[in-house]
Amino acid sequence: MAEILFELVGISKSYPGVMALNDVSLRVHHGEVLGLIGENGAGKSTLMRVLGGVTEPSAGVIRVGGTDHAQLTVSEATQTGIAFVHQELNLFENLDVAANVFIGREKLVGGPLKLVDSAQMRARVTPLLERLGADFGPDTLVDNLSIAERQMVEIAKALSIDARVIIMDEPTSSLTLSETERLLEVIADLKAHGIAVIYISHRLGEIMTCADRVVVLRDGRTVGELARDKLSHAAMIRLMIGRDLKTLHTPPKQPPQPGGCDIVGLVTSAFPDRQIDLSVRHGEILGLAGLVGAGRTSLARAAFGIDPVLGGEIRIDNAPVDVASPRDAIRQGIYLVPEDRKKTGLVLELPICENVTLASLLNYARMWLVNGTSERNVAKEQVRRLSIKVPSVDMEAVTLSGGNQQKVVLGKWLSMQPRVMFFDEPTRGIDVGAKSEIYALMRELADKGVAIVMISSDMEEVIGVSDRVAVMHEGRVSGVLERPQFSEYNVLRLAIGQALETVEAAAQ
Amino acid sequence: MNKKELGLGLLLVVISVITGMINPAFLSVVNLLNLANLIGLFGVFALGEGLVIITGGIDLSLGSMFALLGVVFVDLLTTYQVPWPLALVAVLLGGLVLGAIQGVLITRLKMQPFIVTLCGLLIYRGAARYYTTDSTRGFGYGDEAATLSNLASGHVVAGIPNTFILLIILALVLSVVLHRSVYGRWLYAVGKNEEAARFSGINTNMVIATAYIISGGLAGVATVLFVFYTNSVSPSSFGNFYELYAIAAAVLGGCSLRGGEGSILGIVLGTALLQVLQNLVNILGIPNSLNFAVMGTVILIGVLADQQLQARRKRKLALAGLARTAPRSTLPPGVEALPARTGDQA
Repeated sequence: MAEILFELVGISKSYPGVMALNDVSLRVHHGEVLGLIGENGAGKSTLMRVLGGVTEPSAGVIRVGGTDHAQLTVSEATQTGIAFVHQELNLFENLDVAANVFIGREKLVGGPLKLVDSAQMRARVTPLLERLGADFGPDTLVDNLSIAERQMVEIAKALSIDARVIIMDEPTSSLTLSETERLLEVIADLKAHGIAVIYISHRLGEIMTCADRVVVLRDGRTVGELARDKLSHAAMIRLMIGRDLKTLHTPPKQPPQPGGCDIVGLVTSAFPDRQIDLSVRHGEILGLAGLVGAGRTSLARAAFGIDPVLGGEIRIDNAPVDVASPRDAIRQGIYLVPEDRKKTGLVLELPICENVTLASLLNYARMWLVNGTSERNVAKEQVRRLSIKVPSVDMEAVTLSGGNQQKVVLGKWLSMQPRVMFFDEPTRGIDVGAKSEIYALMRELADKGVAIVMISSDMEEVIGVSDRVAVMHEGRVSGVLERPQFSEYNVLRLAIGQALETVEAAAQ
Repeated sequence: MNKKELGLGLLLVVISVITGMINPAFLSVVNLLNLANLIGLFGVFALGEGLVIITGGIDLSLGSMFALLGVVFVDLLTTYQVPWPLALVAVLLGGLVLGAIQGVLITRLKMQPFIVTLCGLLIYRGAARYYTTDSTRGFGYGDEAATLSNLASGHVVAGIPNTFILLIILALVLSVVLHRSVYGRWLYAVGKNEEAARFSGINTNMVIATAYIISGGLAGVATVLFVFYTNSVSPSSFGNFYELYAIAAAVLGGCSLRGGEGSILGIVLGTALLQVLQNLVNILGIPNSLNFAVMGTVILIGVLADQQLQARRKRKLALAGLARTAPRSTLPPGVEALPARTGDQA
């Protein structure tokens, strides 16, 4: 085996209440392509941040060239030759390719004047671009480049600092098939030049093609390593899953009632070339699983009138409803508990009371004047019902814990008449106790006849709370699972775009 | 009345008392009535500016709007001999329409308030000067609008200028709108967090545009008041910089340019303080050329002091928040979370 480039030994990283990384060891050799896979939240990103010197590990050592470091600084990481090609590309669109490659390390002329030597930078970037087979010059504005071309710029940037390992995080998520092939060729070429690549992807097919070795993370631990000759889809998926899931499921009091919300051929702006078909009955909790960026949030935003609906329709009890704005959606009883409660769920600087009544204030007003007493009574009622722990409804929402803030968002909707509710990651960043309260509340709402769609990336939650699970992949629903079919394996297969045998026909 | 307004009120009283002690003329009835008139004149449109600032926007066009609406108003009354009630309605409508155009450009076409109203400032001024070929418009010796003139610049109750009484009435109405009505609540919510307001079904575009329309309407009212205060309109200088007085008054009164903060009482007190400062420069014999410098210094110190107080409040809140989560956050990094549950997780 080739010489070891660097080594992580027993790296752990804990955040209050969460172990993001737990005793992870990883070795990277010169000129190898290391595949890194794992579910959402398995710890891949944290691990990469540790390598980039952005996150300080709580325990463990990073061994570079025989020296042990408790942590890397950003500049040490760069000196070691670690470079990133980010999922969201970090380029300046208003600058040209050469300026981006040399950003922060501009070549200067003119002595004390410190003028930028564009000519020299361009001359230096040209051979790098040629080596990558790019068909654009160093003076092209990044704004005019495609995503694939921008990736080439990032790789050129890595080469220009003599990177010895390039970390690529979901590099192909927005690439076409031919662009993906081109990238894989570039990776092979890098490898031939002795540069290692850490390739993070959910696309197991690409991992199969390019990786020499695959490391699998789950729940912050390394759960397995597969050598090139042991690679198979089944083996990788088996390692990615395999927790014992606690049963959280409370069965509905009665079977789902007829009627509910039907989404028919819906086209969202995030995936203008895909159609979504999805149905959720009254009294049912439909889990909506999928990888980050699969189009679940876009679906909820379109159904709630935030993003425009480009095609198709939404029906409630078989009657088409118009959702041109959130106001329309709310009028129809379609509510959204958004993903980011601090930015879109709450007005943090307003008191709890005003947050609870924000969407329904006209109901507590006569001739547009707010009736303070009835408003406060409604807020107090919600605080009591949801057991929000606050001394007074006049406290600003910003002072509450995450769980209590989420309950205020819920209180806003529950003080009205929901018919269809979308919950987008309803328990992210919330402690265990508040989590189970929110699950119980969703069940209570469902039992009252509300149709509930729960978007979640937490596998335990998806499998434990839902009555049915729909899985999205790249902008469309790739399959729907009934409870007997529930398994992490099935959800994950659908999430990475591999249809189940039984579902395949329906999904086509 | 919150702490901010109380502080401002106190400052106003302290400055007045000190000035009065140095020169008793400050507290003479004549001077106080004159002061009240100026506070009324400048307060009316500062209220509108305040609403716009609470949405997180700004209106730079007010002074030019006065010039344009002013020359049209005088022309309607003198050249065209339009009955004064019609001319009054025309000017008020004109203000509302200009405000509406700016509101639509800002909300529907997503242009920045600063740019839209800066262009308004340039366009209205230019239009006013072109319309009059840069000549001053005034009333002749006929009394085209004696009734309105008396209303706008006279006094009805105990010698108190009508402008001041109008300001009080408008302030009371807008206080109810801003602090008691659904619209006012929406205005604050939109100013603080437009996204969250939209996610709560509030028509944020309508709320913001309405603030510009109200501001335009109040500019129409202020135009009429100023026209009868000066009795003539010189298109190149009428209302110059007045939008800055309004912005200064609103900011001094507790409005944040980031939006979502401020009160009607604060804006009125801010206006009063600015006018007292101007008056004090005159009365204390400070060179008139220092006028703007004194104003600028006081605003700078006022906003700075306010920010320091706010930061202290934030720190206190943060400390309170820390105390709430103390059992968890005091764990040094690397130490495994204790299995024991703390109270607030139930």
